[in-house]
Amino acid sequence: MSIATHESHNQHISQQFNQSLSELRNHLLAMGGMVEKQISDAVDALINGDTELAEAVQVTENLVDDMEVLIDEECTQVIARRHPAASDLRLVMSTVKMIADLERIGDEAAKIAKMAIRLSDQGKPTNGFVEIRHIASHVSQMVNSALDSFARFDADRALEIIRKDHTVDAEYATAIRSLITVMMEDPRSISQVQNVMWVLRALERIGDHAANISEHVIFMVRGKDVRHMKIQEVEAALKDKRGK
Amino acid sequence: MTESMNNQNELPESVSASSPRTHSIDISSLTRGDHQLNIENEKIALNVNDLRLSYGEKEALHGVNMKIPQKRVTAFIGPSGCGKSTLLRCFNRMNDLVDGVNIQGQVLLEDQNIYDRKVEVADLRRRVGMVFQKPNPFPKSIYENVAYGLRIQGINKKRVLDETVEWSLRSAALWDEVKDRLNDSALGLSGGQQQRLVIARTVAVKPEVLLLDEPASALDPLSTLKIEELIHQLKDDYTIVIVTHNMQQAARVSDYTAFMYMGDLVEFGDTDSLFTNPVKQQTEDYITGRYG
Repeated sequence: MSIATHESHNQHISQQFNQSLSELRNHLLAMGGMVEKQISDAVDALINGDTELAEAVQVTENLVDDMEVLIDEECTQVIARRHPAASDLRLVMSTVKMIADLERIGDEAAKIAKMAIRLSDQGKPTNGFVEIRHIASHVSQMVNSALDSFARFDADRALEIIRKDHTVDAEYATAIRSLITVMMEDPRSISQVQNVMWVLRALERIGDHAANISEHVIFMVRGKDVRHMKIQEVEAALKDKRGK
Repeated sequence: MTESMNNQNELPESVSASSPRTHSIDISSLTRGDHQLNIENEKIALNVNDLRLSYGEKEALHGVNMKIPQKRVTAFIGPSGCGKSTLLRCFNRMNDLVDGVNIQGQVLLEDQNIYDRKVEVADLRRRVGMVFQKPNPFPKSIYENVAYGLRIQGINKKRVLDETVEWSLRSAALWDEVKDRLNDSALGLSGGQQQRLVIARTVAVKPEVLLLDEPASALDPLSTLKIEELIHQLKDDYTIVIVTHNMQQAARVSDYTAFMYMGDLVEFGDTDSLFTNPVKQQTEDYITGRYG
């Protein structure tokens, strides 16, 4: 089967078409970079009680929104003018969906920033946000790898991220259980722990969006729609020479 | 009490009447990939077996094997000189007229090899009609153009001719535009109308297969859309094979698409898959406009 590669979009007879598609890719990666920074800033702000940084994250939110609208417009233009087919069509369709996920990741980062401001008044919990640090490092890596798999057109790497999302979901459940114990032992901690739980929830959602992006990458590269499939089905679909 | 009950009864009805979501879809019947056609499930109109064709020394088709499904639109795409028109012309033996042509292999129309000696070419061409790139109406009236094929068959009854002419022109979506001037010369029609007239002339003899060789490439965009719409309607009754340079057109009108390159059939599959996820790199490069 013909598998799309990161160079596929530079070989058209029309240079203008090459340019539009590479702009699309670059803009998506730029948006991804902004979102990655939002996540790490939001988590840093939370852990260090840095309210200024947290406010900055909320400002970036608007820029990310603007990027989403811009890239969406570019995709519409490419469809209207170029009638893309095959891997080009898949690139455009996946881009439209990936920017929606990126935008949602930005929203979740802004939520974390909001909690950072709230928690800065409540002081650090005794364990120093250990669950948050742990899950945050996992999901940041997932977002990073998702963008990387997009840049490299690497379906296998995208599959790794989907696998990892299952781990994060399990870790999230464990963290929530242990926080419930904390609240039961010390009811005075409830309002603080609840905010921590909101942050964990946001991180877990970020992981889900990173997994969604990976599914779109697989579609873009291999032409296989693996959404809403069990992980074993996804693996089987990628082994199969060609799926529907 | 009764009043309030009446109100209750009326409310849901008025809501549902104004709701844009009253039509229901059986969601359980919708599953992934269901919309896709599968050649395995089709009845086959034409069966091409190892068809080789050469013009003198030069081989133009290097052994083509394919099955053209019945009452579907099959499009042939590929760069100039890839053999798509040559292949199309094999289906009603148009290539017989070319000097120095040598054809091997089989084309089966209902299990009968059309290259068999017993086959009458005139009869074959009635069953497999063809429309060319440039509209070629005869320098006769609109009516006589459509009636021509029937007259050749010796049908001269006015009632039969009238009926067939009207039916054919309606099938070709031309009736409303020409019904008041059936005796005017066909050459006075616009290019798009002439092409539809030629299609009417072709369907008048009730063929089984319609071969269209770039039927819209000389037409303006609106006439092109009319021809495409016509193709869509005609496939209920005919097997249609269309050669086109315009890939978007192939994507729009066809159920199945065959990509040809240098005399070989490179890829043949349902149009949805071929245009979103082709199997062969060569197909991918061609339909996305990359250097081959």
